[in-house]
Amino acid sequence: MQYEAVIGLEIHVQLKTRTKMFTAAPYNYGAAANTLTDAVVLGLPGSLPVLNHSAIEKCVQLGHMLDCEIAEVCKWDRKNYFYPDSPKNYQLTQNEQPLCIGGRLEIELPGPSRNVEGAHRWVTLNRIHLEEDPGKLTHEAFDTLIDFNRAGVPLAEIVTEPDMSSSEEAVAFLNALRNLIIYGNISDCDMEKGQMRCDANISIRPLGSQKLGTRTEMKNLNSISNVRASIEYEIERQTEILEAGGSIVQETRRWDVDQAISFSLRSKEEAHDYRYFPDPDLVPVQLDRTRVAELKAALPERPFDKQRRFQTKFELPYTLTSVLCPTRELCQFFEDAVALHPAPKAIANYITNDLLRELSAGSEHGASALAVNDCQLTPAHIANLVQIIDAGLISKQIGKEVFTEMFKTAEMPEQIVERLGLKQSSDSDEIEALCRAAIAGNAKAVAQYQAGNEKALNALKGPVMKATQGKANPALLHQLLKQLID
Amino acid sequence: MTQLSQSENMSSLFNQTITQLSAALIAGELSSLELTQAIIDRTQAVEARVKAFIEFDEADALQQAKASDARRAAGQSLGPLDGIPIGIKDTLAVKDQPLRCASKMLENYVSPYDASCVVKLREAGAVIWGRLNMDEFAMGSSTENSAYHSTANPWDLERIPGGSSGGSAAAVAAGEAIATLGSDTGGSIRQPAALCGVVGMKPTYGLISRYGLVAFASSLDQVGPFTRTVEDAAILLQAMIGKDPLDSTSIEAPVKPDYVAALKSKKGPWKLGVPREFFAAGIDPEVKANIEQAIQWYKSQGCEIVDVSLPHSNLAVPVYYIVATAEASSNLARFDGVRYSHRSQEANDAISLFSKSRGEGFGDEVKRRIILGTYVLSSGYYDAYYLRAQKIRRLILADFEAAFTQVDAILTPTSPTPAFKRGERSQDPLAMYLSDVYTISVNLAGLPAISVPSGFTQSGLPIGLQVIGKAFGEEDMFAVAHAFEQAHDYQQQTPQL
Repeated sequence: MQYEAVIGLEIHVQLKTRTKMFTAAPYNYGAAANTLTDAVVLGLPGSLPVLNHSAIEKCVQLGHMLDCEIAEVCKWDRKNYFYPDSPKNYQLTQNEQPLCIGGRLEIELPGPSRNVEGAHRWVTLNRIHLEEDPGKLTHEAFDTLIDFNRAGVPLAEIVTEPDMSSSEEAVAFLNALRNLIIYGNISDCDMEKGQMRCDANISIRPLGSQKLGTRTEMKNLNSISNVRASIEYEIERQTEILEAGGSIVQETRRWDVDQAISFSLRSKEEAHDYRYFPDPDLVPVQLDRTRVAELKAALPERPFDKQRRFQTKFELPYTLTSVLCPTRELCQFFEDAVALHPAPKAIANYITNDLLRELSAGSEHGASALAVNDCQLTPAHIANLVQIIDAGLISKQIGKEVFTEMFKTAEMPEQIVERLGLKQSSDSDEIEALCRAAIAGNAKAVAQYQAGNEKALNALKGPVMKATQGKANPALLHQLLKQLID
Repeated sequence: MTQLSQSENMSSLFNQTITQLSAALIAGELSSLELTQAIIDRTQAVEARVKAFIEFDEADALQQAKASDARRAAGQSLGPLDGIPIGIKDTLAVKDQPLRCASKMLENYVSPYDASCVVKLREAGAVIWGRLNMDEFAMGSSTENSAYHSTANPWDLERIPGGSSGGSAAAVAAGEAIATLGSDTGGSIRQPAALCGVVGMKPTYGLISRYGLVAFASSLDQVGPFTRTVEDAAILLQAMIGKDPLDSTSIEAPVKPDYVAALKSKKGPWKLGVPREFFAAGIDPEVKANIEQAIQWYKSQGCEIVDVSLPHSNLAVPVYYIVATAEASSNLARFDGVRYSHRSQEANDAISLFSKSRGEGFGDEVKRRIILGTYVLSSGYYDAYYLRAQKIRRLILADFEAAFTQVDAILTPTSPTPAFKRGERSQDPLAMYLSDVYTISVNLAGLPAISVPSGFTQSGLPIGLQVIGKAFGEEDMFAVAHAFEQAHDYQQQTPQL
């Protein structure tokens, strides 16, 4: 019997707001424990929540980017359950009337190889709603420590339809979602900092069946590799059970990273009754349609739309767009440079190879990679570099040296060429003389070339380049050599 | 037993009104220090018998009084409340003072912030005075549910003062504060006011911020004043109203009110509704006769008395005990032994930490209501109970709205009986719940209402008349109550202590 998997995801994303969802207490990752709290965060007697409007706006932007319908009115519900990380022992969320309804996300599946673009498809969403994050528990040997810094941070919960059928699709979804959210400046989506967390709902059914099988819920997967591993494990586990004639228990399971297995947390019978009811401290929110439209008009271009545009307008191959497009700032840098000098492929190459290499140089020693907007280089630098190469001022080879120097000093390329005397030499007489000397000094290479080995020419080019300190015009050198020994 | 007061009693500072005292303070005839000391002396004289307070801090009160006098001397007095000692129900947050809600659950909790209404009182220069006893977490009608002690009705020390704001009512009646703040969710200001022979009012829902009021039932709770006179209540309300950015349910009155000016200028006659459902079974015959007499007085002043019907009145108590307990079960979940509430020493994991801490920290009535509230919200019952109750609540409001198309205000008894004896109803929760039958629908409808002393039983127990106003109709409500008060001398009378 062949089975197919049915997967739905619930992703919690921390919104990039200055203050928390229902209070003016600030939030930033890494602060000393229990310093980002106030009466509302801690649920002190008499405290009341107040809506953070910027969280609503960020979530509306997110909804627009995911083609959701933005509700006319949304409201707040209490989800009641006792847990030490929950200061009020209820969470403010949106059960019945979420902010965003429906929606979809374009994903890109991996191609046959890294350099080949895979297929695209749309994954359907069910809804997006806002809620508050609980605090963070740290389990020690005999105690549990609670840090309420995270309590009250705005979360957007994105719920997909059970629309994916493999761990590959789930991973592609998460990557596409991350890029989209970062593009929109909605969250930094750093999974290591808990800014994006994923729960997966997994079931299997006979291939071709329309009926959904019993699903299990895998909670709090905090890295993309955990998502992949846990989904694959769960599909296999469920398949084995069904093939042995058993049935799947509807339950919540936890992924154990170290043992690479999942284990049951609680079954349906023990499932929480959340006793949802409308929160009486907050009023329903009416979304002003003019403002909703303004937010839609101000959206950035989506990552895959940008990728298509770069492929069409600038004729960039996938090998370049796949590196450029995930980072919006990099794309902006690229387009600004192309506007100054229309050589998209060359500019893209410099960005994806040389610039990214220099930016991440520091991260080998534990620091994070520099962001493109934080380094000293501007689009004008790269545009100018490509321009002088195209004009024949220097060779491509020299260009690499200029780039490294330019990254260090932020001088314009022409200044560096001037300062270091790197101008390309197109002096035919000089080069011809050096060629003759090289030929005279390496009869073996000449013989190999004349016997049909093209590569033997390089042995003759070497000494000429050395003598000219790399400045000999490569095309001219090639032409002159061939003239002499063809 | 009680006696009508002597005029010598009346001249005591502790029996005077805000209006009288602020005039004396302005005229320099009196200092806040003298006034506050008089209140402290009175408290020390009677508190052993009345037990209105859970605790009080004389030194702190005197310091505030001195600051008030200094302001006045510098020509920077803040208004009619400057220097006036105002007692605070133990359910309102006062910075650096205990906030226990008369519960063991918060025995050692000190609030790090002031409730917004307390901030307003401070801005008005009032002397914030003491922590007043109440039914635990505002759940009760007799103050017998306090985890600390019960409060006595100053008119008869064997009887209860009403609840849940029993301490606040008794303190004003006994002269232990010039005015006090209480909270009203189903009648917890008005009922004790009636039973203690003082004025108590609840504003339109949203007029006074709930920030810093420990939540019982969020959609019903309101802060309100206890005073000797209607005018004093108007002064206090005026000082505390206003939209608060910290409370999303607070609201600015649609038209900026001036309550004191209104009660002085509006002389009627009014169209007054009397709901026929409120005079049916269960009302004490003396109370009934007294209220009918009050209605007759209004008629004699040229008011038109209109028989109105509030047909869903019989559903008010059940609807309240579904909605209020549901909200309370959620509001009280935060008391779990983790952060600031009582923590059991017997626990060895999270679940037992919660259950033992709450088991030890909460009293029986609180537990009863949490269980009830949890039940009505639970899966399979939400539609039949909570949702249905909220729908009926709309109908209760609609009854009032229909009645108010015909009348300016509605008159009812505040409490169906005068003060009952301690222990008389404490074993019968349902009988206790029925103490609120005339006040509860007002909270469900979000309307303002005031209880004003309307006389005494044969045995000298106070009776209260309730005046219910339209939403944001406090000006008319005050005027109607004030007219009655000024034509009678009930507020002059004080218990012999």
